[in-house]
Amino acid sequence: MKSCLVVDDSRVVRKVARKILEELSFACTEAEDGKQALEQCMAHMPDAILLDWNMPVMNGIDFLRRLRETAGGDAPKVVFCTTENDLAHIQEALSAGANEYIMKPFDSDIIQTKFAQVGLL
Amino acid sequence: MRVEDFDMFSTLLKQRSGLVLTRDKAYLLESRLMPVARKWNMKGLDELATTVRTRKDEALLRDITEAMTTNESSFFRDQKPFDQFRQLVLPKLMAARATKRTIRIWSAACSSGQEAYSLAMILNDEAAKLAGWRVEIVGTDISAEMVERSKAGVYTQFEVQRGLPITMLVKHFKQNGDKWQISPQLRQMASFREWNLLGDLSPLGQFDIVFCRNVLIYFDGPTKGKVLEAIARQMPQDGVLYLGGAETVLGITEKFKPVDGQRGLYSLGGFIP
Repeated sequence: MKSCLVVDDSRVVRKVARKILEELSFACTEAEDGKQALEQCMAHMPDAILLDWNMPVMNGIDFLRRLRETAGGDAPKVVFCTTENDLAHIQEALSAGANEYIMKPFDSDIIQTKFAQVGLL
Repeated sequence: MRVEDFDMFSTLLKQRSGLVLTRDKAYLLESRLMPVARKWNMKGLDELATTVRTRKDEALLRDITEAMTTNESSFFRDQKPFDQFRQLVLPKLMAARATKRTIRIWSAACSSGQEAYSLAMILNDEAAKLAGWRVEIVGTDISAEMVERSKAGVYTQFEVQRGLPITMLVKHFKQNGDKWQISPQLRQMASFREWNLLGDLSPLGQFDIVFCRNVLIYFDGPTKGKVLEAIARQMPQDGVLYLGGAETVLGITEKFKPVDGQRGLYSLGGFIP
């Protein structure tokens, strides 16, 4: 079973995403911000990370840059999932090492096809 | 809706678009035709039915037909057929047409154009190999509205996330508010025309590759056979036909044969993988 870390400061979004991912047979863990996510990744690298952009303490893009510098941190497939929906943000995410990008609102179809495209399904 | 009205509408739709509606789909007919009745300032479906019976207004009949067609589509729908196109079909046909250097592709019942543009994106990736070639993509749909949408190439945020890898979005689309428009370069690679699959297909010319996916499922057996045989007449022996995952030619026509080991791919017999 593949693992996915869901990083979002909204409990509701985490719950919705978790439900979709569990239906796709992922074992899910959650983090409320980038700092928590980074700590979890140091302890155990997940196969996938669904990542919000705007969060308190440490935002998604800072987390991603730190993750990619960490030993083993190039392994997880990172899929952004954010309300930031302009080209500039998308390009910034891709150059920071994101594998895919979802613009909220999302549904299970979008998550499924994006995860399939990066080879997680 | 009264049974005789339902039967009248379903006969009309069968004649005009091949759509087969069984009586358990009455709810679908009602929900899709209510907006048409409103558009024509009618009180409801009774008045719509009466009008259709008494006055054969072509614009009204067209609105009814369009309202009932299904326009579901997404970029790189089902993915597999597109991998197959890139890795097998395109190289094979290029080898077979090395002197002519022309390939024509048809997206039949193209809806809002995602299939045609998915193919354009693949061809764009393969541009180096295709230098000096003329590759034409033609999309057709029974709905004038869908043809216009296809030509415009403008999609919602939701649509560009269905099947389209983010790198392709960045590479080929321009953002305009909450809409995304496909680049002029890709739009130039495809042309779109309003066309009824039940009509005469010969003016469209010959096609080496035909995508006709998830269209036949709406037709009854004889109509499926008729359409497939008409498509066959527009194709060379080594051309290929793509059908949807739930569709087959078996028991419908002898013209097309499944291509060995390639699911969803059919040919008149001359395409050897």
